[in-house]
Amino acid sequence: MNKQTLLLGIFAALLVAFPAFAGNYLLSVATLILYFAYTGQAWNVMMGFAGQLSLGHALYVGVGGYTAGAIFYHWGIGPWAGLWVAMALCVALGVIIGFLAFRFGISGVYFALLTIAFAEFTRIGFDHLDWTGGPGGLFLKVAQRDTWDVANFRGPPLMYYYTILSLTVFAFLLCFFLLKSKAGYYWQAIRENEEAAQALGINTFRWKMLAVALSAAMTSVSGVFYAFYYNNLFPEQVFSIGRSIEIILGPVIGGVGTLFGPILGAVVLTVLSDSLTELLAAIGWEIPGIKQVFYGVVLLAVVMFLPNGIWPAVAKRLRL
Amino acid sequence: MSFDLVVNVLIAGTLTGLVYGLMALGLSVIFGVVRVVNFAHGEMMTVAMYAATVLFAMLGLDPFVVALPVAAAFFVFGYLLQTALINPFITRPEHSQFMLLVAVAIVMVNALLMVFGPDARNVQVDYQLDSFEIGKILVDKARLYAAAAAVLTAGGLFLFFKFSKTGKAIRACADNYLGAKVVGLNVKKYYALTFGLGCVCVAIAGCAMVLLVDVTPPLGPAYTLLAFVIVIVGGLGSMGGALLGGVLIGVSEALAGLFIAPSAKSMFSFGLLILVLLFRPQGLLGRR
Repeated sequence: MNKQTLLLGIFAALLVAFPAFAGNYLLSVATLILYFAYTGQAWNVMMGFAGQLSLGHALYVGVGGYTAGAIFYHWGIGPWAGLWVAMALCVALGVIIGFLAFRFGISGVYFALLTIAFAEFTRIGFDHLDWTGGPGGLFLKVAQRDTWDVANFRGPPLMYYYTILSLTVFAFLLCFFLLKSKAGYYWQAIRENEEAAQALGINTFRWKMLAVALSAAMTSVSGVFYAFYYNNLFPEQVFSIGRSIEIILGPVIGGVGTLFGPILGAVVLTVLSDSLTELLAAIGWEIPGIKQVFYGVVLLAVVMFLPNGIWPAVAKRLRL
Repeated sequence: MSFDLVVNVLIAGTLTGLVYGLMALGLSVIFGVVRVVNFAHGEMMTVAMYAATVLFAMLGLDPFVVALPVAAAFFVFGYLLQTALINPFITRPEHSQFMLLVAVAIVMVNALLMVFGPDARNVQVDYQLDSFEIGKILVDKARLYAAAAAVLTAGGLFLFFKFSKTGKAIRACADNYLGAKVVGLNVKKYYALTFGLGCVCVAIAGCAMVLLVDVTPPLGPAYTLLAFVIVIVGGLGSMGGALLGGVLIGVSEALAGLFIAPSAKSMFSFGLLILVLLFRPQGLLGRR
């Protein structure tokens, strides 16, 4: 067994055992970290592997969450069924965006702006969609926190923790195998030089579409998780560009295109954000906005001094 | 719904659109030369708007008077920002530049929130409620002056790029990075100059805009998106395109507000953006 697998095993075991010695607060922080790790991993498939910069991933989180949430709210059908509808819708959206963009040769900055436009367009659409509550939001009945109602995905925080942990592990393994598969190598070729990839006979259109569809499908699941964990959805919140940036921050800080980057980035950002909140509360500096200013400064520093993210630097130190 | 009302709304939309256009012109000039998308553009706009409200509240100065010192300060700010932060990033990948400017934007919008709080601010000058009457058509004085300031600034910038030696040098840098270096131009200095000029557009647009709308910190990200939409519709890097895009978006917002619902107005802008990206990705007046 090599060093990497050993460390990974220890890390996974720690995560499984974590709730045994963590209180409710720490458990909620860990759930948030894993949520960002999973969603970041999903984004990473599109940007980190295939080089297609999406700045509108909140679209898939929002549509995924709203679909499963509304199905549960209106018809009482649990998320295990709603999930597939949500996923199908998000894949369809991703395919539409990808098809339009790649067919018409839109790439780079223009592609990124197109993804923002679709997310914003959808946000305003949901603001006017009465079926999901419009701007007033969609509220799911708050769960009874002591029983495990797995069928409807309602239960204690522990259930959500293990769910998102499994999702994160699944996404990690999926990405691990993807990177070593034909698709992974094709994607990386496209990311590094699309024209060269095309010249080698890779159908770049098809493989880029696959990356978008897969990323959309994975992100829709985090939307469903979000809806049932927080129980409320507002268009202004779930679709805003701020949400899309939040999703991207983890992988960018951790290291775009790496397997551990999204996880490490999510840990760093969430821990930083939460400890800043605590620290500022402790010294009585609770001015609105001050936390985000610190956050922005840290982000600036990381982007400037660690251009490839934290993980490559850490990996080099640890000789992994 | 009367015909006069539609004409009035069209005129108001066009005039507001010209101010939008000046804001977007800043973004377009910066992208056209430096090839960096300024994701902090709307945040800069709100900083200029706050500067105008503060100078008005403290010294009672008209926003058009303070536009000049604010523009000068913004020029220096833009020059320094490009020199210190962005120049090292011009060879880095796009997502890296994006994160850098997003970080700048986050700091800006939240610094505004810290200093001014979430409440809306505005300026009140005596001509704000006046209007020119031509038959049944009413033109707000403030809106007309704001549009005039936008057109004058844009015209000045256009002449500068077209005829001055520095302007030509900047265009050379935009045209061919290597070629400009070979003939001995200090490209990074011209990049800084360009960013400064882009910030001047934003400063003047901000001082003019504060006469038309109240300013709050969340306006920043909204204006960033608006500026993107405008420059994509008009053509990234095209000066005339930015103004044309501004007017188109201004008019479509005004008409959507009149015929459908004010809250749906940006849906039209984004719909227009998607259409333009698909059928004319270089923008209406852009070249690829």
